[in-house]
Amino acid sequence: MTTETPHATQGFVDDEGAPEFTAYGGDWSEIADEATRLGQQRVVINMGPQHPSTHGVLRVMLEIEGETVTEARAGIGYLHTGIEKNMEFRTWTQGVTFATRMDYVASMFNEAVYVMGVEKLLGIEDDVPERANILRILMMELTRIGSHLVAIGTGGNEMGATTVMTTAFVGREDTFRVIEMLTGLRTNNAYIRPGGVAVDTPEGFVEYVREMIPKVKQRLDELAQIQLKNPIFIGRLKGVAELDLAGCMALGITGPILRSAGLPYDLRKSEPYWGYETYDFQVPTSTDGDAYSRVILRLEECYESLKIVEQCADRLEATEGQPVMVADKKIAWPAQLVLSADGQGNSPEHIAHIMGESMEALIHHFKLVTEGFKVPAGQAYAAVENPKGLLGCHVVSDGGTKPWRAHFRDPGFNNLQALSILTEGGQVADVVVAIATIDMVLGGVDR
Amino acid sequence: MSETQDLSGAGDAQGGEHVRPEGRTLINVRQGMFGGPGGDTSGYGGLKRVIEMPGASERPYGEWFDGVVDVLEELLGDKAADAIESVVVDRGELTLNIAREHLYEVAQHLRDDQDLRFEMCLGVSGVHYPADEGRELHAVYPMQSITHNRRLRVEVACSEEDPHIPSITPIYPMNNWHERETYDFFGIVFDGHPYLARIEMPDDWVGHPQRKDYPLGGIPVEYKGAEVPSPDTRRQYR
Repeated sequence: MTTETPHATQGFVDDEGAPEFTAYGGDWSEIADEATRLGQQRVVINMGPQHPSTHGVLRVMLEIEGETVTEARAGIGYLHTGIEKNMEFRTWTQGVTFATRMDYVASMFNEAVYVMGVEKLLGIEDDVPERANILRILMMELTRIGSHLVAIGTGGNEMGATTVMTTAFVGREDTFRVIEMLTGLRTNNAYIRPGGVAVDTPEGFVEYVREMIPKVKQRLDELAQIQLKNPIFIGRLKGVAELDLAGCMALGITGPILRSAGLPYDLRKSEPYWGYETYDFQVPTSTDGDAYSRVILRLEECYESLKIVEQCADRLEATEGQPVMVADKKIAWPAQLVLSADGQGNSPEHIAHIMGESMEALIHHFKLVTEGFKVPAGQAYAAVENPKGLLGCHVVSDGGTKPWRAHFRDPGFNNLQALSILTEGGQVADVVVAIATIDMVLGGVDR
Repeated sequence: MSETQDLSGAGDAQGGEHVRPEGRTLINVRQGMFGGPGGDTSGYGGLKRVIEMPGASERPYGEWFDGVVDVLEELLGDKAADAIESVVVDRGELTLNIAREHLYEVAQHLRDDQDLRFEMCLGVSGVHYPADEGRELHAVYPMQSITHNRRLRVEVACSEEDPHIPSITPIYPMNNWHERETYDFFGIVFDGHPYLARIEMPDDWVGHPQRKDYPLGGIPVEYKGAEVPSPDTRRQYR
């Protein structure tokens, strides 16, 4: 029998009779002894797809010589759920619910980029109310902090530093509380909708955001203190998984990896959307191009995001009471959500209006919710700066109520191509560091 | 592909009597207002709509678009007329429809010329237009210039019978996986790709799931005694 080998760029190799070992944990030295006894030249290790340090279900095929990786290839597709295909069978608004489930650690960005594409197709980018854009940016920046904290926390955990993970997750929980207060959910929010956002802020929201900021800042400080000067941490990350600017450009890398190589490329600055040009924040960069510098960049970006969150809080106070959905009744979701004793639902005033006062309002509600709105035929491309890099969305409309095609360029999918160049020639143990530094989420990679 | 039934609910795209206007992509020919397997009950069953992409634009294109097209035409020389099938400016975005024979050269110019300098190709997105006869499969490449902070779209079409497009992975190495993905989902063969294998679906998968004639494959769900059909077989608006 012939099977495919880790030589992803080459043909098939006959592996008939090749000895196989299965590692269950803790038995590595026995396997190594046995392999040494057999004296085989070529050792191929299959890491994953269920390996705990692969951020999901990533399969890495490693060819090793002693402790040195000579060839590494990533195998993906284990989390492919056909989200893009499914979106072709739902209305434009329902598409948000699918898109948000791709990169589930940074779900707001998936919604944002998709909605940006749809709004471009509709030609309503300039009609979205200011308050909706503030809420969108607030949600995106909180998600960015959460995503970076997961990157740093799980990265630390994979190297054996459990405290790093727990500290990071406690900080992330604080951002989730704010997101939950606004959207009703911690992740997979379906909050950003074509034309605006699903719901306006509840009472006491801005104060809650302000209370959250110092708590998260404290966690970030703690993470910096326990990690950055730690000799083991430095030893594991400094000079590991290096990629220079030329390599980044060849592989289309964006996000913290590109910025760690010295290019301050951030779509929030280069192509500001939804009012990012009016916020005061910096884009941290480094020229070291290694895993250590990327941890520092992610931490610094979190502080910058908190600065944006602060500014959002001020603006939310200033725009209190303004609409959060476009005025066009043919696009705007007919009902606003409210929180009542039994959970989130349509506002009682709206229900009273459509059920008791206006037949036309009921028809309008019914048509818009079941049929959806039509989007003029054409195609559009939208891109946002996701915590991992450039997240793109290509949407095509056939003039109907459903997308003809929605394609997402997930930065994790693209950046994972760099795994080979980041790991080959290094130690087996550094593969885990390289995966953590790419910080892809397989839900986004496989979609 | 011709004998597959239309499960996408996307339309009745088999009819061949529609002539494609020059430079336009026929997205769909839609019949009726409402339907599904049960037929159109709206009374508008005879309604027929031909839906096309926005057509070619006339100069001036506006913004930086003219300059980029000028430079590209100059670099291509006498091949320009064949290579650039049409230029579409729609919703503030520039689309270059490129003939597939010339894609490689165009990509080389887009990346290397100092006035173009599109350093990054943001992947390739496949789109299937079953009604667009002879040009059913489209490959859409968003190109990003960091130097000039611009983005444009290169679109290449091929037919289902001859689904071949040259690979631009030698020019844009980052497109390696993206081309594999588009091959996997649409069956577009990128000639010259170093290893064009499936990437998301299992290696032994049959068919290309993102094509419009490939069923979504849902199953009906029973809810409180009633059976709710799967999303692709539901009665739906058109």
